[in-house]
Amino acid sequence: MDITITVNGTEHTLDLEPDMPVLWALRETLGLTGTKYGCGIAACGACTVHLDGRPVRSCTLPLSAAAGKRVTTIEGLAPVGTLHRVQQAWIAHQVPQCGYCQSGVIMAVAGLLAQHPNPTDDEIDAGLTNVCRCGTFVRMRAAIHAAVSEGVAS
Amino acid sequence: MNRWTRRAFIGAGTVAGGGFLLGVAGFTFAPGRHTLVSADAANTGQLTTWITITPDNLTTILVPHCEMGQGSLTALAMMAAEELDADWPLVRVQEAPAQDSYANGYIVRAAGGQYVPAVLARGVDYGAYKMAEWFGFQVTGGSTAVRGTGEYGMRVAGAAAKEMLVAAAARTWGVNASECTASRSRVYATSGRSAAFGELAHLAAAERVPTSPALKQPGRFTIRGTSPVRLDIPAKVDGSTKYAIDFTTPGMLYAAIEIAPVHGGKLLSVDTTPADGMRGVKKVVKLDDAVAVVADSFWRARRALAALAPEFSDAGHGDVSTASIFAAFDRAVGAPPDVPKAAAKVVTAEYRAPFLAHATMEPMTCTAKVEGDRAEVWTGVQDPLNARSAAAKALGIDAANVRLTNFSLGGGFGRRLPFTFDYVDLAVRVARAMSPAPVKTIWTRENDIQHDYYRGAALSRHAGALDASGAPLAAHSKYTGGGNGEAVFMPYAIPEMRADEKKADHPIRLGQWRSVLNSQHGFFKESFIDELAHGAGKDPFEFRRALLGTQPRFKAALEKAAAMSGWGSALPAGEGRGIAICESFGTIAAEVVHVAVPADGRVKVLHVYAAVDCGDIINPDSATAQVEGGIVFALSAALLSEITIAKGRVVQKNFRDYPMIRLADAPTVTTAFLRSNAPLGGLGEPCVPPLAPALANAIYAASGIRVRELPIKNARLTKA
Repeated sequence: MDITITVNGTEHTLDLEPDMPVLWALRETLGLTGTKYGCGIAACGACTVHLDGRPVRSCTLPLSAAAGKRVTTIEGLAPVGTLHRVQQAWIAHQVPQCGYCQSGVIMAVAGLLAQHPNPTDDEIDAGLTNVCRCGTFVRMRAAIHAAVSEGVAS
Repeated sequence: MNRWTRRAFIGAGTVAGGGFLLGVAGFTFAPGRHTLVSADAANTGQLTTWITITPDNLTTILVPHCEMGQGSLTALAMMAAEELDADWPLVRVQEAPAQDSYANGYIVRAAGGQYVPAVLARGVDYGAYKMAEWFGFQVTGGSTAVRGTGEYGMRVAGAAAKEMLVAAAARTWGVNASECTASRSRVYATSGRSAAFGELAHLAAAERVPTSPALKQPGRFTIRGTSPVRLDIPAKVDGSTKYAIDFTTPGMLYAAIEIAPVHGGKLLSVDTTPADGMRGVKKVVKLDDAVAVVADSFWRARRALAALAPEFSDAGHGDVSTASIFAAFDRAVGAPPDVPKAAAKVVTAEYRAPFLAHATMEPMTCTAKVEGDRAEVWTGVQDPLNARSAAAKALGIDAANVRLTNFSLGGGFGRRLPFTFDYVDLAVRVARAMSPAPVKTIWTRENDIQHDYYRGAALSRHAGALDASGAPLAAHSKYTGGGNGEAVFMPYAIPEMRADEKKADHPIRLGQWRSVLNSQHGFFKESFIDELAHGAGKDPFEFRRALLGTQPRFKAALEKAAAMSGWGSALPAGEGRGIAICESFGTIAAEVVHVAVPADGRVKVLHVYAAVDCGDIINPDSATAQVEGGIVFALSAALLSEITIAKGRVVQKNFRDYPMIRLADAPTVTTAFLRSNAPLGGLGEPCVPPLAPALANAIYAASGIRVRELPIKNARLTKA
């Protein structure tokens, strides 16, 4: 069955099952491997992408629910050759360790800042529930605050 | 890579790996391989096995360790670049491939090489050498990268390379080498003449290899002690880093696998017809101990696998449970240990620690292509050479016929070490059934949680004796679950100390988990010393401090952590501080946890202060990141994590029932390094062991409730 979705600005018509999670279509059909599989039950957030600008966990999001909508992945978060301010803050604060969870974390934070340009710590806590097994949370919080001031300044 | 001649290979020294194998205090690292020159070195600018300098003046440093987020690649490159006097922006790092020429064990000496440079002659440990020879050679574990490879390998490589460049420059200019100096990837003569390393590289490769290059004195370091950005990070913020799960190759198929739920069980039967005709399914592969569905997408493979109902035997372990294992522990340990009869006061306690899973964020993944007696493997492991051997063994072929490509690791923590390559073993067997198609076997999170090599559960009984003044006379323990000299070591001046191991076997598969046996014993011994302090009516910090008179490094770290935390200052009701100190992998870590235990019993860890003595630090920022990460990793375990067993099977399945802390639960962490100039210690692991006892001690201080069993979520922290 053909399903049409727009990924990072490009429209794709995919002959895939409507109940296939968006995660696997991104990774295996479209070759966008920056979005990660971590748990398959929407518990860890490694698979976070944006659906019409809102962060969602793609491992449990059926393709049918994304049909006709805009999906943004880590590869499309910023124009080619540039970095989103969250990515810049992540480098400045040397956040990643193994890095596996970070695509999902960065997408979650970018989504959070889109909704709450100047989030409180409680909003950050509620908006970033991803698992990072390396334990980079200490730096994540600092980097989020830095990205906020960057956004406020610019 | 260029071909390495046997001569060049045998000429190479090697460096230690396999620290986890021994994991004891006093482990000595062997010399580092620092040489040398490949057959066509003059053509390629290859100066040493670890350093390449090309005409464009870029220095590429080959690092024989796996990057799993600990910053080893950057730190090791810094150690070499420092001695080389390279310009850091011109340095590139490459992880060495799984080839024998990169083996970081003692392979050269094992091969009969006579050549050990004088500068490397210190620190040879024959026992370690035998272990490395036996286990394989390219291990990243035991927090060995910086202190072993770096200290004995990378520095010497950099120093030797610099001497060769300087010699080449001196020869070209007709001056003495002593008149030349190197700085920021150039060699300068006193005349003012200079040349870039890149211009000298081809000449330098023909110079004699120095056997004892001079290493810099610490005061002359210009790169070490700075925090250049980690080289692996940019690709980790834009999704471009490739992990094993991201690998793809034309014609690749995907496998989902169900493994015998009781370890050791065999596949008895499976009706494959439900998978027949399902979209994308290529084959149901029956293995001795598992069943796999191979399809043209992982999701389709997994969906078809879910439609099957395979039956497995239970290897005779169908009655094993957490309760039965702890009952056996209880019997093995028996009565609390004896203490001197003259004691004014006796304190006894029993502690328990659960099985734990590693739960790396990237589930185990391995792609394999098998053709006849040859195989190609793409995976993520902490020891590529040993993984290659595991693949060869599973296929019954020669390891030389297996080509293995290693990827960035989506977490390691000990899960991807030698003897735990079941995911490679299974994947190559699935691929053999599909030969010659390449097959990527991805473990689900459920596979990962249920088929780990777990951190062992353990039970420990303690008895301590105090005299009338509250001074300790004895601290004895009896424990199950494994231990060693380092794990049970207590630095305190207590007249009688003893720790006796008792054996109680169980069939749960065990492995190495970040900080290994120190993770259980740190909790046991540092909880108990706290109980002794309270038994003596003394402040837990002062009590420990008074017993550290002959251990200045421990004392300094303990005092530092206490001072950072404001130890002794007043806290609001329901809050408390706890302290603990452990040595592991050559590093001493003291931690103070500041915790709130509100009336509802929901523990909130507010702040952790860590004072760490690992001798010296290479990259302060990434060193700090290891401290922070170790603390958060340990906090998840202390508060939330447990693997339990029922009917021989692991009960937990995924992150919902094997939870870990999130951002909202993460404390503020403040880190200080004590630069004692002791031999370099590890950093990936040593901040894990003190966290759980410091937390339990803090909860006691806050609430008066002593937690003696992990995880803390199971403890009742409200007063009845």
